[in-house]
Amino acid sequence: MTEWIKVGRIEDIPPLGARVVETGNGDIAVFRTAEDKIFAVRDKCPHKGGPLSQGIVHGRNVTCPLHNWNIALESGQAVAPDEGCVARYPLKVEDGVIHLSLKG
Amino acid sequence: MKEKLVLIGNGMAGVRTIEELLKLAPDAYDITVFGSEPFGNYNRILLSPVLAREKTIDDIMLNDLQWYNDNNIKLHTGKWVTKIDRAKRVVITEDGSEEPYDRLLLATGSNPFIIPVPGSDLPGVISFRDIHDVDAMLEASTKYKHAVVIGGGLLGLEAANGLRTQGMDVTVVHLLDTLMERQLDKPAAELLQCALKEKGLRFMMEAQTEAILGNERVSGVRFKDGREIPADLVVMAVGIRPNIELAKKSGIHCERGVVVSDTTQTYDPRIYAVGECVQHRGQTYGLVAPLFDMAKVCANHLAQLGYSRYEGSVVSTKLKVTGIDVFSAGDFLGDETTEDIVMKDAARGVYKKVVLKDNKIHGAVMFGDTVDGSWYFQLLRDGTDVSDIREHLMFGQAHLGDSGHGGQNAAVAMSDDMEVCGCNGVCKGDITKAIVDKGLFTLDDVRSHTKASASCGSCTGLVEQILVSTLGGDYSATPQEKPLCKCTDHTHDQVRKAIRAQHLTTIPTAMAYLEWRSPNGCHVCRPALNYYIISTWPAEGQDDPQSRFINERAHANIQKDGTYSVVPRMWGGLTTPNELRAIADVADKFKIPTVKVTGGQRIDLLGVKKEDLPAVWGDLNNAGMVSGHAYGKSLRTVKTCVGQEWCRFGTQDSTSMGVILERLTWGSWMPHKFKMAVSGCPRNCAEATIKDFGVVAVESGWELHVGGNGGVKVRPTDLLCKVTTDEEVIEYCCAFIQIYREEAHYLERTAPWLERVGLSYVKEKIVDDAENRAALQERFLESQRYAQKDPWAERVSKGVEKHEFIPLKHVS
Ligand code: SRM
Ligand SMILES: Cc1cc2nc3c(=O)[nH]c(=O)nc-3n(C[C@H](O)[C@H](O)[C@H](O)COP(=O)(O)OP(=O)(O)OC[C@H]3O[C@@H](n4cnc5c(N)ncnc54)[C@H](O)[C@@H]3O)c2cc1C
Ligand code: SF4
Ligand code: FES
Repeated sequence: MTEWIKVGRIEDIPPLGARVVETGNGDIAVFRTAEDKIFAVRDKCPHKGGPLSQGIVHGRNVTCPLHNWNIALESGQAVAPDEGCVARYPLKVEDGVIHLSLKG
Repeated sequence: MKEKLVLIGNGMAGVRTIEELLKLAPDAYDITVFGSEPFGNYNRILLSPVLAREKTIDDIMLNDLQWYNDNNIKLHTGKWVTKIDRAKRVVITEDGSEEPYDRLLLATGSNPFIIPVPGSDLPGVISFRDIHDVDAMLEASTKYKHAVVIGGGLLGLEAANGLRTQGMDVTVVHLLDTLMERQLDKPAAELLQCALKEKGLRFMMEAQTEAILGNERVSGVRFKDGREIPADLVVMAVGIRPNIELAKKSGIHCERGVVVSDTTQTYDPRIYAVGECVQHRGQTYGLVAPLFDMAKVCANHLAQLGYSRYEGSVVSTKLKVTGIDVFSAGDFLGDETTEDIVMKDAARGVYKKVVLKDNKIHGAVMFGDTVDGSWYFQLLRDGTDVSDIREHLMFGQAHLGDSGHGGQNAAVAMSDDMEVCGCNGVCKGDITKAIVDKGLFTLDDVRSHTKASASCGSCTGLVEQILVSTLGGDYSATPQEKPLCKCTDHTHDQVRKAIRAQHLTTIPTAMAYLEWRSPNGCHVCRPALNYYIISTWPAEGQDDPQSRFINERAHANIQKDGTYSVVPRMWGGLTTPNELRAIADVADKFKIPTVKVTGGQRIDLLGVKKEDLPAVWGDLNNAGMVSGHAYGKSLRTVKTCVGQEWCRFGTQDSTSMGVILERLTWGSWMPHKFKMAVSGCPRNCAEATIKDFGVVAVESGWELHVGGNGGVKVRPTDLLCKVTTDEEVIEYCCAFIQIYREEAHYLERTAPWLERVGLSYVKEKIVDDAENRAALQERFLESQRYAQKDPWAERVSKGVEKHEFIPLKHVS
């Protein structure tokens, strides 16, 4: 059984923005796109560990603030030609409430 | 049903067009490709390294068979198209099979010209065009001794050099008395010939071939003047002719090449043509760069976007012979309407000539030292007025600076294991390998694949040189100005003009009006749009925090570990015991690990946790301190020296002037960071002459200097003018900042901007034109009314952007 944790509402995250969920095992970045899609990935860039939550969000990608790698939020993959990937976390949105599972 | 697109000619131009098309409209067509060669698409310009046995055909593949498969392209290799039936809209191949098309793309390249002398059809007489020719040369080199290359142009010399490296005795035969006459002038050609002689090549100049001798196989060459030389292999490299046979036969209008319009269409609107087979505005091309420009335009029309136009290309060339550096671009010979600047140092084997017309670079040719080739080429393509830099034009981009690449500025002299990019640790060998293995052609390609020159950019010149010496030309597209980013075709200036003319005050409306290609842009265009909007419409423009880089969003500088640094402002470098106490207290209270004096005369608190930022600012604000914008594209610091008040040499009160200027200009958003300094005398202790706006006090008043910076490329300022009163310093400062704010491109610092528009232009606008100067000042002061809000105070007391600083949730 997946254990869902309520982490907040969609409106708590600015459109094209991100917020952080702190866990004992490091931060998780929760993103909101312009079309209100929500994605959660580990807040650690595959390049040198930059905090992805602080990057600029566009389409379904985020650009890491440290050296501008682009990460596709849906797959967690770095956009070519960069190579690497970041762990994703399952989530669901019910009545505007974001539920996150820590089993990434 | 999808439309059918058929490509005839599986070479560099045709396949590049398909690649561009797939980027724009991946599913628009069922694509079929016919190629007479038995391979996928390979990089023809790297045949020379294959001849030198440095590379194999597999290494120089651009699109292997898998690529065609992955993209659902039907490829027929080894198959000639013999006819196009335009009425039935089918192409017919040599074996009689037919393929229907809705649109057809001709990219049949060109044929090497074979001089029609007796014996030219003997075995052992070949051209240098494809893999087949290279194989024939390699085979000959293992069996025979004497090679003759007819033609002393680019191709002939590369073939000759290749055969020489394979151990053959090579004689180059040339009709004229100078080599590469289409790319070089006489002095450069002479230096080249000397250098090639040293490599062991022999030359016969002004020699006209009369016959190729031999029975079963070639055995010699005879010339008009009766001379004869032995030959076991003859390579004809006397030029190419557009391959128009098929087009002509099918009734498509041809002159020297297949005639196309600016949309790359032939006279039959269903049929497009690109590449060497094409004649556009009377011009044919034999280099890859223009073909790639055509490919882009053609793809745009095939994808039915229909707005792109090909307007011709300016080309530059480079000979790909290791250790020999030649470069030429544009009209390097000149005529009675042009003037030359020449520099020659025969002992060093260096020759440079720049041809100017109406104060613009019209052409350039260089031998030996070609470091500045790409700089001249850039100036040429941009049509930059070079009168302001004319005095030092020949000495190149002298302010290149040494930081990051150890003073190295000639890529040819570097070994493969030498570091080119000091930021990302990329060596020369990594770059050449990526260019060949991954089929890269442009600086942008190399940047994104290797990261070389992608950070501080100081090694860009070196990377360009490596690119050019590997591929033999400059492949960046020809347009005068680059589009702002991948999301649009508009340039910075066009975007800015639209924002003003259409009264666009938000990013979404600007993107909608300008038909942005991606729904919400990218990390390059969004910050630029945001800046253009708020700088054009200071009162109404909507600042979008999500379109700002994190530092400007959080008003602190992100560090490598995700913590932040906080730098409070110290006006003109002055501080007080109270401020210092407040800084000390805040450092203690929040356990800030590092306190450092910056290079900008103030104190940096490093390693602050993001959640703590508002509280840290709160405490600093209470002590009267405001944000130092050490993170922003905005005014940074105003450095000062002690000046008249204390210093025995001081001529004016530089410290107070610094404070006045900083209080006047802080908070203003700019295209890039902006630094100022005020020195109290020409000893210039505040280093004012490497600042964006520098003020140097003299007995009679103040000197105003502009457009300097330290950093990656050190550039000293240019003197703008001398003034006598404090009020004038203030007025000029405001006017200069405002014209920079209104006209520079986002992320263009004052130095490159000033070089682009020219010092004369800026002088004309703000020194000669008092009215304009006053108007600029007024607009600047107006915009400061909205900008001078301390971002910290807003966030602390009004809770602005609160969500930025607290986690969404904490779970254990
Ligand atoms: C803190 C400081 C170094 C120090 O410890 O002294 C510093 C730190 C940084 N500099 Fe600098 N520069 C600092 C003075 C300078 C100076 C010296 C000066 O201003 O007198 C220069 C050369 C002068 C110049 O800019 O003309 C300088 C040239 C650069 C450059 C290259 C700029 C260029 O045009 O070539 C960059 C890169 C950039 O801005 O794109 C840069 C960028 C940076 C960044 C912001 C890199 C980044 O994006 O993270 C560094 C931030 C570290 C941090 O978090 O605080 N820094 N930097 C100095 C802050 C001064 C201040 O009080 O605001
Ligand atoms: C040795 C060498 C070195 C070079 N070095 C440089 C350099 O350093 N820099 C530079 O910019 N350029 C260089 N070039 C030139 C560059 O390679 C050409 O400009 C470019 O390849 C031309 O592209 P294209 O697509 O027009 O023609 P091609 O690449 O020649 O492609 C045309 C293809 O169409 C096929 N074809 C023709 N007719 C038919 C038909 N009826 N049916 C089926 N297939 C057909 C041909 O066999 C060929 O494969 C070099 C060329 C050579 C040969
Ligand atoms: S502070 Fe400046 S010079 Fe030092 S590492 Fe950072 S960017 Fe480089
Ligand atoms: S850490 Fe993300 S790009 Fe370098």
